[in-house]
Amino acid sequence: MATTKRTVEVALSTNGLDRDGRPQRVPLVTDAGGNVLTMEAPAALEPELEGEHMLINIGPQHPATHGVLRLVLELDGETVVRCVPHIGYLHSGFEKMGEYRQYNQIIPWTDREDYLNSPGNNVAFALGAERLFGVECTERAKVLRVIAMELSRIMSHLVWMGTTAVDIGAFTPFLWTFQERENIYNLLEGWVGARLTTSMTRVGGMAADLPDGWTDGLRKFLRGFPATLEESDRMLTKNGIWVGRTVGLGAMNAEEALHYGLSGPMARASGVAYDVRKDFPYLDYETYDFDVPVGTNGDVYDRYLVRLEEMRESVRILEQALARLPEGPINVDDPRLVLPPKHKAQSEMESMIHHFKLVMEGPRPPVGECYVPVESSKGEKGYYFVSDGTAKPVRWRIRPPAFVNLSAIPKMVEGHLLSDVIVINASIDIVMGEIDR
Amino acid sequence: MPPRAFQPYAAGSAVADAEAPRTPVNVPHRGGPANPSAAALRAAFGEDVVRRVDVVWGETTVYVEASRAADVVRWLKEDAGQRYDYLVDVTAVEYREPERPIEVVWHLRSLPFRRFLRLKAELDKAAPLEVPSVVALHRSADWLEREVYDMFGVRFEGHPDLRRILMWETYREGHPLRKDFPLRGRFSRAEQLRQALRTEPEAHYSMEEITVAEAFAHLPADMRARLGAGPKGGPAEQAGVE
Repeated sequence: MATTKRTVEVALSTNGLDRDGRPQRVPLVTDAGGNVLTMEAPAALEPELEGEHMLINIGPQHPATHGVLRLVLELDGETVVRCVPHIGYLHSGFEKMGEYRQYNQIIPWTDREDYLNSPGNNVAFALGAERLFGVECTERAKVLRVIAMELSRIMSHLVWMGTTAVDIGAFTPFLWTFQERENIYNLLEGWVGARLTTSMTRVGGMAADLPDGWTDGLRKFLRGFPATLEESDRMLTKNGIWVGRTVGLGAMNAEEALHYGLSGPMARASGVAYDVRKDFPYLDYETYDFDVPVGTNGDVYDRYLVRLEEMRESVRILEQALARLPEGPINVDDPRLVLPPKHKAQSEMESMIHHFKLVMEGPRPPVGECYVPVESSKGEKGYYFVSDGTAKPVRWRIRPPAFVNLSAIPKMVEGHLLSDVIVINASIDIVMGEIDR
Repeated sequence: MPPRAFQPYAAGSAVADAEAPRTPVNVPHRGGPANPSAAALRAAFGEDVVRRVDVVWGETTVYVEASRAADVVRWLKEDAGQRYDYLVDVTAVEYREPERPIEVVWHLRSLPFRRFLRLKAELDKAAPLEVPSVVALHRSADWLEREVYDMFGVRFEGHPDLRRILMWETYREGHPLRKDFPLRGRFSRAEQLRQALRTEPEAHYSMEEITVAEAFAHLPADMRARLGAGPKGGPAEQAGVE
């Protein structure tokens, strides 16, 4: 309170302002030809604001904060001196609710935490829970999950690219990227019936197999999407405004990136060559041929380049996944986990009891704990499960990559201009659903 | 600008001659090979600090003495043979059995050696829940420790700014992820609203900012009484309105 008041009083009593608080006009000095000789105001009329810092508040309801993020900024002129983020406006207690639900019942919540990356979260959850149950998914489910993960990576990066371009003032790429995202949503809708909240995995397999002709739809997307990507690339990568607004902003070097726990494209832009898919592989990612782009400067521009390249690599992975997609079951052959087919549950007493027990009591993992990380679009996402042998986890912990990435924002915006705070914040690729959980 | 020499910080750089990492298959429930760092820790710190080593689902858990946890993390980070330079996560686990201690969990990753290690410190619920903070070693612990404090009430000694992060700072219902905290919260919606209107709005903010506190004082007296008393009404003095 006190600071704000002081700032206002000083502003009102400054010599450069008139009684109504408007800046006084300074008469221009011109020569006989009308040319302006001097534009400088006399020193007496310059407002003396040195040493007075201004506090401004951005959010929580502000379109440029990409969600309900609140930033309190201390400004010296237009330069950020200090930034204090406040989060928690979207806290929903997913982890608490998970302790009261069976494992398969938690999957819908994984859609809702990082809602731009729902299929990836579903897969991450299923992988973690399957480790806890001691089962491994089938070969076909593995490839389906790779397809889901890479599609959600493209989806999430497209949203990031479009919205960040809007933040910087370019509207056109937003339309292109959202059109392509729409195509992916149509594919997901054809696969599992849902667009945003997919819930496409189950512990031990998938909710649904691909419908007939779905792979043709994906092939069509993979033919058209690189062209859109090239277009956005041409539009942004050498665009003077884009380069001028992003180069050198919010730079973090490799040591800082590790110290602050950055992961995903944020860390790789800083030159930390760490990708969970390469270093702690899952779903046979080591058998796919793809590269991991690594930046050098760790600024917003490098983060953009890394994400752009990652989408191209995801296209490569998707093409390989389509080529190798094996036939076979999508669920493990384990009656402890997987429901009997519906027609059997409705016609055989044993299957009906099996179905009933599995739905009402839920599968029980052995006592134990595990943390299985995956490379989500935001970074290293992992689910940490602790089981005491009952059908509900003792602890279900989401390791949120955007939460840790966002915690470095005071360091990243320090010394930058107020207008650049928006760009730096956008470059983190935050999703408040995941940060607040 | 001259091109500067750039050397990416590569994960797995310390094990270049080892075979490429693979997707784990047939992970045993218990008794797989332990992370070699566990034995190194035991040799460096002794049985007093490194209480127990557990291997579950291929992941090694080292139970350490709570008061020495930061020393262990520091040694793991700085020792040339370990180089645990990436703090993945800090969290806590409370079990359903009330007599079991609360566990604070650190997930650490050595990128150069491609290793993963879980540290655990057991905290007796009868004693104050306190562990040393590792923020000085890993800045990423800043918000993670605040979240554990917020959700479990574990205090991290040496944390520069230990306050609630997901719940608001005047939240009075306790620590939501504790097992004695009911799923729907301790107070009714009406009571929560009453408390929210009763509290000092300034207390929500860590910095001096524009708040609604002054605006509240300027409201007509009857409106202040009504807002302060909550939706069901009630004695004004209970609601803190003069």
